[in-house]
Amino acid sequence: MVPVIALRAITKSYGFGETTVHALRGVDLTVERGDYLAIMGHSGSGKSTLMNIIGALDGATTGQYELDGIHIDSLDESALSIVRNRKIGFIFQSFNLIPRTTALANVELPLLYRGVGRKERRDRAAAALASVGLSDRTAHQPNELSGGQQQRVAVARALVAEPSLLLADEPTGNLDSHATSDVLDLMDAMHAEGRTIVMITHEDEVADRADRVITLVDGEISAERWNRR
Amino acid sequence: MNLLETIRIGLRGVGANKLRSGLTVLGILIGVAAVIVLVAVGNGSSQAVTSSIEQLGTNTLTVRHGAFGPGGDGGRTQFKDLTVDDAIALADDVLAPDVKSASPVVSAQAACTYEGTSYSTSITGTWPSYFEASNLRLASGTYFTNDDVTSSRRSVVLGQTVVDELFGTVDPVGKEIVCEGTPFTVLGTLEEKGSSGFQDSDDVIIAPLTTVQGHLTGYSSLDTVLVQAVSGSAVETAESEVYSILDDRHGTTDTASRDYQVLNQASLLSTVEDTNQVFTVLLGAVAAISLLVGGIGITNIMLVTVTERTREIGIRKAIGASKAAIMGQFLVEATVLSIIGGVAGVAVALVVTQFQIAGVTPVIMPISVVGAFAVSVALGLFFGSYPANRAASLRPIEALRHE
Ligand SMILES: Nc1ncnc2c1ncn2[C@@H]1O[C@H](COP(=O)(O)OP(=O)(O)OP(=O)(O)O)[C@@H](O)[C@H]1O
Ligand SMILES: [Mg+2]
Repeated sequence: MVPVIALRAITKSYGFGETTVHALRGVDLTVERGDYLAIMGHSGSGKSTLMNIIGALDGATTGQYELDGIHIDSLDESALSIVRNRKIGFIFQSFNLIPRTTALANVELPLLYRGVGRKERRDRAAAALASVGLSDRTAHQPNELSGGQQQRVAVARALVAEPSLLLADEPTGNLDSHATSDVLDLMDAMHAEGRTIVMITHEDEVADRADRVITLVDGEISAERWNRR
Repeated sequence: MNLLETIRIGLRGVGANKLRSGLTVLGILIGVAAVIVLVAVGNGSSQAVTSSIEQLGTNTLTVRHGAFGPGGDGGRTQFKDLTVDDAIALADDVLAPDVKSASPVVSAQAACTYEGTSYSTSITGTWPSYFEASNLRLASGTYFTNDDVTSSRRSVVLGQTVVDELFGTVDPVGKEIVCEGTPFTVLGTLEEKGSSGFQDSDDVIIAPLTTVQGHLTGYSSLDTVLVQAVSGSAVETAESEVYSILDDRHGTTDTASRDYQVLNQASLLSTVEDTNQVFTVLLGAVAAISLLVGGIGITNIMLVTVTERTREIGIRKAIGASKAAIMGQFLVEATVLSIIGGVAGVAVALVVTQFQIAGVTPVIMPISVVGAFAVSVALGLFFGSYPANRAASLRPIEALRHE
């Protein structure tokens, strides 16, 4: 079976000459369908950089990347936007909901950009919000929601389009322990449904929820372990 | 991602910052309204002048006494008077088949009184054919007749302004007024013609030629002869007939030094129309500049909006918005602003043009409404396209990192 993520010798550097920063120095990584992977590492070790490349938000300096068998390096901007829309769901540390837009409309967005009709969009977005326990908050705007609720809206938005891959960059970084466990429970449930998840975290308790944990040090994978269930 | 959805997102963007959107709309509104109103004012003044010239009759020629050529009197020692015989000769059926009538005209300033009310105006002495040639219709009473002219009866026909000044609400027909010591009987009053902008064409008293000559002006040269052509299209040929008859009678040797001048109302009209067109175009151009400034306002505000919403654009791109979708969203915002401005501008212009502006009754040109509106929409697309393209070209990762 084709792996969801296949990274070969990925490097990423910023800047030129003396000031060049080598954020990634040759990363090889394969993630199979249904895997739940946690990426750990010190601040500045290159976790977000790697995540952005996996999410097709940024290109690698060198190396090859296949997502679901698609050569991402060779795609143009419009093809990349389609890949992001169909294959990937993002969850960010800072929620990144669209301001002054209701929870429902936020969740509808990926479907809107995919061209799904209004009625179907409504229904699917409402169902996604229900699945994260926010049926009663559909008409609220982001500034009317708590951090935990906002992140659950973001999870619903990532879910609604049923992507092959769910990417979460420190999804619990801004949440208290209660909201953290809510969000992690949701991720567990998605994993149980067979979804592929890649999550960045600083915390060991959070990483323990994953099947597999890799640790980045200075832009390279230095350790990998499998959690026993 | 269809057009309707794009429009919906764009509308939400416009509604998100109402004050800013309102001010941008105001810029376009002023521009559109200015174009329509100023063009309407130009057009209105042009029509006022045109209709006042048309009131004189477009199928008439005015023969004036005196030398008007470039050389002044050009060394001519002898000035022949313009006489009643000249007028009779001009109405000759054989020599001037295109001339319907020729009315000799003299005029004098006179102070007239009626029961203690005094009013000073000009008295025109002429023949009855003058009424038809000048397009003067009766409001009440009758015109004077050729018989009145022959017998130099002291009868007059009054313009509406004179009626108002001397009689107020009293019916003047049959009453007697005294002008410069001579009593006149009022035979009739004329229909109101309205002010022509330069002069009040209702401020007249018209009397038989012989009467005015006998009591007021004396029997020197006529001031003018009003020549009426048989039709509007015969004016040109009538003009050359007038020239040949008068040249012959006045012994003109050199056409550059005639002792009279023929004014063609129709050609005067076209000159005035040309001038007015230039005037209208100039007004329109000034207004168009304000429309342009309004358009630049759109670019300005959209650039601010794009910068302010960089992060939102990044989120949308991460979720899978294509370049076209982002472009469409911001283009729609800009165009919605300009369309609202355009519609409001047309509405404001329609209201403003109900009133007189600088003494001119504006007359809206439909083309200016359609044009100003279309241009405002085009402005939205044009001036919005740069900011929209800038938004659409943002790299997702950089847009997301934007604080
Ligand atoms: N746009 C950029 N320009 C220059 N350097 C960058 C840029 N983005 C990241 N870097 C550098 O790349 C390195 C890796 O950054 P990255 O954001 O991937 O770290 P991280 O592991 O996510 O850290 P944290 O845990 O603090 O989020 C850092 O040294 C950072 O300074
Ligand atoms: Mg990071």
